[in-house]
Amino acid sequence: MSYSIIISTVLMLSALGVLAAVVLYLVAQKFKVYEDPRIDAVEAVLPGANCGGCGYPGCRGFAEAFVKADDITDMFCPPGGNAVFAAAAKVVGKDAVAQDPMIAVVRCAGAPQHRPKTSVYNGASSCKSATTIFSGDTGCQFGCLGLGDCVEVCKFDAIHIDVATGLPVVSEENCTACGACIKACPKSIIELRKKGPKGKRIFVSCVNKDKGGIAKKSCAVACIGCNLCVKACPHDSIVIENFLAYIDFNKCKLCRKCVEVCPTGAILEANFPPRKKKEEVEVGSETA
Amino acid sequence: MLKTFPKGGVHPAEKKLSASRPIEVLPLPEQVSIPIAQHIGTPATPVVAKGDSVRVGQLIAKSNGFVSANIHSSVSGVVESLDPILDSSGYKKPAITIKIEGDEWMEGIDRTADVKKEISLSAEELIVKINEAGIVGLGGATFPSHVKLAVPKGKKVDVLIINGVECEPYLTSDHRLMLEKADELMVGIMVLKKVLGAERALIGIENNKRDAIAHLKNVSTGYPGIEVYPLRVKYPQGGEKQLIKALIKREVPSGGLPIDVGTVVHNVGTTLAVYEAVQKGKPLVERIVTITGKGVKNPGNYLVRIGTPISKLIEAAGGLPEDVGKVVNGGPMMGKTINSVEAPVTKGTSGVILFPSKESLRGEAQPSCIRCGKCVAACPMGLEPYLLNQLAQRRLYDRMEPERVVDCMECGSCSFACPANLPLLDYIRLGKAEVFAMIRARKS
Repeated sequence: MSYSIIISTVLMLSALGVLAAVVLYLVAQKFKVYEDPRIDAVEAVLPGANCGGCGYPGCRGFAEAFVKADDITDMFCPPGGNAVFAAAAKVVGKDAVAQDPMIAVVRCAGAPQHRPKTSVYNGASSCKSATTIFSGDTGCQFGCLGLGDCVEVCKFDAIHIDVATGLPVVSEENCTACGACIKACPKSIIELRKKGPKGKRIFVSCVNKDKGGIAKKSCAVACIGCNLCVKACPHDSIVIENFLAYIDFNKCKLCRKCVEVCPTGAILEANFPPRKKKEEVEVGSETA
Repeated sequence: MLKTFPKGGVHPAEKKLSASRPIEVLPLPEQVSIPIAQHIGTPATPVVAKGDSVRVGQLIAKSNGFVSANIHSSVSGVVESLDPILDSSGYKKPAITIKIEGDEWMEGIDRTADVKKEISLSAEELIVKINEAGIVGLGGATFPSHVKLAVPKGKKVDVLIINGVECEPYLTSDHRLMLEKADELMVGIMVLKKVLGAERALIGIENNKRDAIAHLKNVSTGYPGIEVYPLRVKYPQGGEKQLIKALIKREVPSGGLPIDVGTVVHNVGTTLAVYEAVQKGKPLVERIVTITGKGVKNPGNYLVRIGTPISKLIEAAGGLPEDVGKVVNGGPMMGKTINSVEAPVTKGTSGVILFPSKESLRGEAQPSCIRCGKCVAACPMGLEPYLLNQLAQRRLYDRMEPERVVDCMECGSCSFACPANLPLLDYIRLGKAEVFAMIRARKS
């Protein structure tokens, strides 16, 4: 008696299970969503940082757009770089165009000794909030506030505020050029520039659009729009607009002539070997 | 029991140092710089060129669209430049700088002190006059007044509310105005009533200005349909929604306007400007500004031409005291610290307050919020400032919208009440701006 109950129960449940399986299978077949397997393949290649540097919502979003796209010349994965992008392009059977490695560059050198404080900021520690209230605690309304919105958004631990200067410093190794700090900076100080051979690059470390006199008064290392660099540049790569010089990194040949002539020292060079001192050169030529 | 708004509010010390000082006329400076964006909305378009000579009351920048306002020269002289000047926040803003020569007024401006009571124009003509005179909300928000007076179809205004609350500590410009220009004020109210078709006009005044209440009660007997109500002293009673709730117990819906509940609120300063524009033909070229603060030799109330450098006002009050930590444009609760005393007085400058350095900084902020809830009790809009603060700090702006951050009117009660001295309002303001940007992006 008791056995028959057990057997009938097991049979009934098995029958129900089989029925449910058949229904589920049919429904699954009916509502099947085809997903390109290459999307998973591309996503597997990507770094998985979900930084948004490519302009898509996360790596999955990029992979979907990438597989769908007919033309991939405008797409790139900045943190992955050329190797990752080439691997991703291989998945979809396209050729990747190699791009120059980029890096975020902070275009403000107004440390406290160059740019004296004119007021005390006492509010929330957020650049964006401070810019809505006032132009900044120094005479320069364009310069860095040093409250670290860029540091907060960086997912790669690549940007930090230097305690001595109060300005952000970008790490050569960690920066992936994803562009998150550029979007976060309310003063638009940070720019993506070509990393250059062995990290060598030259840039105008200032965004002050005031007339020379006013700019110089508020900050000793401001670009005053004096035109000397434009005249000195043999490659025609510098333009001045709104009393502010800008070096086109695609034209710049890294000759450093502009750095030498800049009267305020607003043009900075990064990762160049130290120059020979003038005296040494003269002494050398005399003995020769 | 006196009327007041039920929810939230704080009690900052009043410190109305200049309440007993009559309004004086500030001597003309050598030059004025008149910004072309002194109101909420589109900046005006300059209609003068460098070298033009202008007279007082002449249109120098034309209103640009519906939510915008005309700007008139406040002095007579020669336009020196149209270059941007540093405004009180330290940013460069386009302005018209005029070098003063003499004091010649435009024809048709009645400068006598006689009170002209008959209102001869129709409601439509009155709105045109008010629009032409470039009148904006003089309580500090500087919203163009003609926009508030244009009642949309299907809406009706039965009560006009006149804001004489002046709930900010220190400020006394509205107080003095009510004492000294009561008759003009009443005619101004009659004009606004005619424009809006409102039967009643209620004047709300906080009970710390008893002389003004008594005086206006006395004067208002000569005018039909104007009632004066004393209110319990509580900040921010001068907020539009709070004043409506206190006086007529109606609640403006979230995201709505006072007109949705059949009322419109105007400040007493605006009302006086309306009177002068309509009855005297005088555009908005001057306003009453309080200059005050601890250590100021002669705190007072001055009639100041728009565009006068704030430094002239400080000079008139006895110069900068030795120990000044900051100079605030507006009231101590909602006003903003100014970057330079050379910034001009604008249509929205209700007061200039000099604080000694000891009182200038926020107290040392504690590391974190302990959720004591004092900000929640203080918020007059029924928001949860501690929560909004944390959401903004973590950039979770999408979660701030359902928390109704757009209802925040930035009165600063939360920051005032916070025992940990957290910059609550700074973060809320940031979040509010982000949420507004989100809403705009969604609409377009």
